[in-house]
Amino acid sequence: METLYAITVGTLTACSVFLILRGRSFPIVIGLTMLSYAVNLFLFSTGRLAINELPLIGVGETSTDPLPQALVLTAIVIGFAMTAYSIILAVRVRGEIGSDEVNDTNYAEQEGQR
Amino acid sequence: MLANHLVILPILVPLFAALLQLLPWGENPQFYRRIIGLVASSLTLILAVLLVISVQDEILVYALGSWQAPYGIVLVADKLSALMVLLTAVLALPVLIFACHGEDNLGSHFQALYQFQVLGIMGAFLTGDLFNLFVFFEILLISSYALLMHGGGKLKLRATLHYVVLNLTGSALFLISLGVLYGITGTLNMADMAGKVALLQGDDAAIARAGAMLLFVVFALKAALLPLYFWLPQAYASTTGTVAALFAIMTKVGIYAIIRVFTMIFGADAGEAENLAQGWLWWLGLFTILVGALGVLGSRDLRLVIAYLVLVSVGTMLTTMSLGHSDAIGSMLFYLVHSTLVTAALFLLADLIAEQRGKTASRIVKGRKMAQHNLLGGLFFLASITVIGIPPLSGFVSKLFILEAARTGAQVAWLWPLILGATFLMLIALSRAGSRMFWHTFDGKPNENTHPKWQHTSVILLLVGAVGITVFASPISDYTNAVAQQLATPTDYISSVLPTGGSDD
Repeated sequence: METLYAITVGTLTACSVFLILRGRSFPIVIGLTMLSYAVNLFLFSTGRLAINELPLIGVGETSTDPLPQALVLTAIVIGFAMTAYSIILAVRVRGEIGSDEVNDTNYAEQEGQR
Repeated sequence: MLANHLVILPILVPLFAALLQLLPWGENPQFYRRIIGLVASSLTLILAVLLVISVQDEILVYALGSWQAPYGIVLVADKLSALMVLLTAVLALPVLIFACHGEDNLGSHFQALYQFQVLGIMGAFLTGDLFNLFVFFEILLISSYALLMHGGGKLKLRATLHYVVLNLTGSALFLISLGVLYGITGTLNMADMAGKVALLQGDDAAIARAGAMLLFVVFALKAALLPLYFWLPQAYASTTGTVAALFAIMTKVGIYAIIRVFTMIFGADAGEAENLAQGWLWWLGLFTILVGALGVLGSRDLRLVIAYLVLVSVGTMLTTMSLGHSDAIGSMLFYLVHSTLVTAALFLLADLIAEQRGKTASRIVKGRKMAQHNLLGGLFFLASITVIGIPPLSGFVSKLFILEAARTGAQVAWLWPLILGATFLMLIALSRAGSRMFWHTFDGKPNENTHPKWQHTSVILLLVGAVGITVFASPISDYTNAVAQQLATPTDYISSVLPTGGSDD
């Protein structure tokens, strides 16, 4: 199970890094979303992977760590808000500048004008 | 009753102020929002002063909901936290006074976002829990995303996009490093983690070191250290003056986090993971000074010049910190106070200058005379000599402390030429900017834009702070040295947070 889990997290991270390094805002936003999925999975695994165990002490013989679950929940909420914000921002940039290139070609020109 | 809850009040006051400001306030909402904002910022300032007074003898620990550390989240106010909280409050009030004269009308909810930003910064300084630090980082980041765009415009939008993408990636890295550290040590409380990390050996220590270096990357991104600074000049130069002035404290949040984590958790007592960041900080800091100074010299826009001045100050602080002994850290904290106040004053001043010059704005070219030419010129002169470090003002004193802190021959050989060389380049760049903008003016009528007295007053207040640091240099450096002493003995911090020892496993 650990191997499968590690491969999943690694694949997600690799894909997201590739997408974040693209030059247009849409793939970047998708990449950031994927990265936050990978991070959430990774955080979840820090309490060690276990099947059929409760995060409660005293119910069964062994128990699993409840803290990573709380951390993941927090991370999901924050990640969700940030994704929403970055999508809106990307749309706004596309609308105002007229291109979704992160660094567009007449960038140097604009800098001179400021 | 107040004394018991003093630690959390600098977080609660901005929170409730911001929530109140979000209410619909009828016909003329901005008036009420400004009043709430100013009252809240003044209140925070008073609380911060009280906090500094009450941490003189002891470290205050506030267990949220009475859940004791290491199981619950604690807020901890030691001398360093109190100093940073006071600095934030001292910065926030004049900047808010400045913003209340029109700049807060450029976009919606400026006032509430401003308070949320202050809330996030205060929280980051006060928390004693690494995951809670992440949460407060996110609070200050999301308000900074919105503030950076305040006023709109293409340049701001593009700078914001870069800033947001970089910081979202940084947040993901932060979470990964927290996961790694939690997986190895089983705790997120900083004091508890310090104890756990010291005991790690072999493979576990190697993984913890990897987690710590990831954390270092995240904090270096916030602090704008050399390879990770590219977002800063664009972001600071294209946003409005008030936001840039408030952001003067943002890089210091990163620096604070580096000090906290890499002197306590991965500091001198950390066993196999000891003094992880120091070697990196020394070289990266030195090159940051170099790049920043070249940036200062090469910029053709006053705001860009100031943004690169921020970079030079970041490099100076982190290089000094890497020297490690407590004199160095004391002098670095003194410099931190000075540089925050003076850069904020410069950003506000650049805004006034840009508006009064009209079409040429803050570009360093020949332009029309300003309506309040002499006043702005005088203020610019004062701020420049402070930031460059010409005697007698605080820049000189703080740089002297830093130069004194270099001990061995190799340290002197690298640090002195770079800091003095950077000072020389800053002197050239700012003299050129000043003479172009204030002396090479077109003949004829000056521009008609003027600014109300209160906006000048807020710049003057920040500069008075810089003068105050010079006049009261001795008590302030006593305080920063006491902070450094406290940082050098992290056992005090750890035993205050964990009176009964850490978690068992």
